[in-house]
Amino acid sequence: MSVSEKFYQAFLYNDRWLQYLRGVGTTLLVTVIALAIGIVIGTVVALIRTAHDQQKGQRHPLLSAVNVILQIYVTVIRGTPMMVQLLIMAMVIFASSRNFTLVGALTLGINSGAYVAEIVRGGLMAVDSGQMEAGRSLGLNYITTMRFVIIPQAIKAVLPALGNEFIILLKDTSLITFIGGKELLYAAQGIMNRTYEAMFPLLIVAGMYLILVMIFTWLLGKFERKLRQSDRR
Amino acid sequence: MIDVKGLKKQFDDHMVLDGIDLSVEKGDVICIVGPSGCGKSTFLRCLTHLEEPTGGEIYLDGELITDRQIDDIRARMGMVFQHFNLFPNMTVRKNITLAPVQRKMMTQKEADAEAERLLERIGLLEKADVYPAMLSGGQKQRIAIVRALAMKPDVLLFDEPTSALDPEMVGEVLQLMQDLAREGMTMVVVTHEMGFAREVANRVIFIDEGIIKEDEPPEEFFAHPKNQRLQDFLSKVL
Ligand SMILES: Nc1ncnc2c1ncn2[C@@H]1O[C@H](COP(=O)(O)OP(=O)(O)O)[C@@H](O)[C@H]1O
Ligand SMILES: [Mg+2]
Repeated sequence: MSVSEKFYQAFLYNDRWLQYLRGVGTTLLVTVIALAIGIVIGTVVALIRTAHDQQKGQRHPLLSAVNVILQIYVTVIRGTPMMVQLLIMAMVIFASSRNFTLVGALTLGINSGAYVAEIVRGGLMAVDSGQMEAGRSLGLNYITTMRFVIIPQAIKAVLPALGNEFIILLKDTSLITFIGGKELLYAAQGIMNRTYEAMFPLLIVAGMYLILVMIFTWLLGKFERKLRQSDRR
Repeated sequence: MIDVKGLKKQFDDHMVLDGIDLSVEKGDVICIVGPSGCGKSTFLRCLTHLEEPTGGEIYLDGELITDRQIDDIRARMGMVFQHFNLFPNMTVRKNITLAPVQRKMMTQKEADAEAERLLERIGLLEKADVYPAMLSGGQKQRIAIVRALAMKPDVLLFDEPTSALDPEMVGEVLQLMQDLAREGMTMVVVTHEMGFAREVANRVIFIDEGIIKEDEPPEEFFAHPKNQRLQDFLSKVL
């Protein structure tokens, strides 16, 4: 087979390019779902852990217990390979589920939550301690001060890092192929299995990931510049 | 109004306040002076439990201050910080109205009217809808004072309110504080502005080695300081 024939087989024959595009769609969807799960988990974990760290005087026993559990969650997730986590979820915890893509998205989300938690915690701690003191000194309670004063300032600080997390997740979605999740790399594998040709499907997939990552990196850069401008105001 | 009895504060093994006794009467303007690091900020912060006292008691109108009702206590004791601590994520108006509205003292409408009245008074009404980043240091501090006033506090605590300001802006802040004092506001002011202490305070206090070493009307305090360390301190700052 000539090179052009191989490319034809890998991309154009039977409208195979559609399979890649569908793969891109799934990849983006899984990334968005995973990031959404990650942000929810990460924010809750960060708020609880921050509340635990910020309490003065005698410590609340329930808060301490929950804090220990969350610390274990963060340590385990960040201390084990994503691939192993995916296999455990797919073959042990959700062994009976056939929806591998969704199991993959959920696993990525739980994984991302641990990283987002650290990002958000960093953002909350980066807000000047005088802000909390000013809020509390006006007679506002801890939660009200967090809600109106601290969290809005922290969000602005963590948005760039969350954008980064999105890009990391986008690439990590390729791992769910190995548990049968139907994303971009999965499409390439299906085609490879039919043509017995690896080069073009893999190069095409690599190119597509690269283009996606470049687009989002560019958007993120634009967004960050805008944020910084609004800082100067 | 405020009664402090045997207040102690220790950081690890460092005893910063070693038994402070003080009674603040309604209408008092008390200036606290002393060398840097002597515990002036710590004392003010202990009054509203921004720092947890290690020992002693603090009463507001006869009521013992504990952590349980601390939000209600703080609503009655305004605090003005050296670095203003305005909320940069909200407009001046929102800075002023947030606490009265959230504490359900006023509706948003009432709070807006009150904010405008207070801003008018300090000549900054046109800044109501700008963000703090647009303001000068003097404007920020006057708005921080007004933010505390919007809570209609019984007493205002100031921690070096002019120390972070460019010299040309010190006057406008001191003027506002002097006006408040004239109107009968009870104030406890940590300051290095000896002129202000002399002119406006009715009592001046010197803290050293964790205790109150001198507590006199300003004439006596500045003209005939009894404590040796106060004499040294005054000879350096005057
Ligand atoms: N959070 C803290 N932890 C440990 N030491 C502190 C803390 N805050 C203040 N100190 C110490 O307490 C002493 C008094 O501080 P401070 O009240 O800020 O003094 P002042 O306001 O009179 O300059 C200083 O020696 C300072 O280092
Ligand atoms: Mg100080």
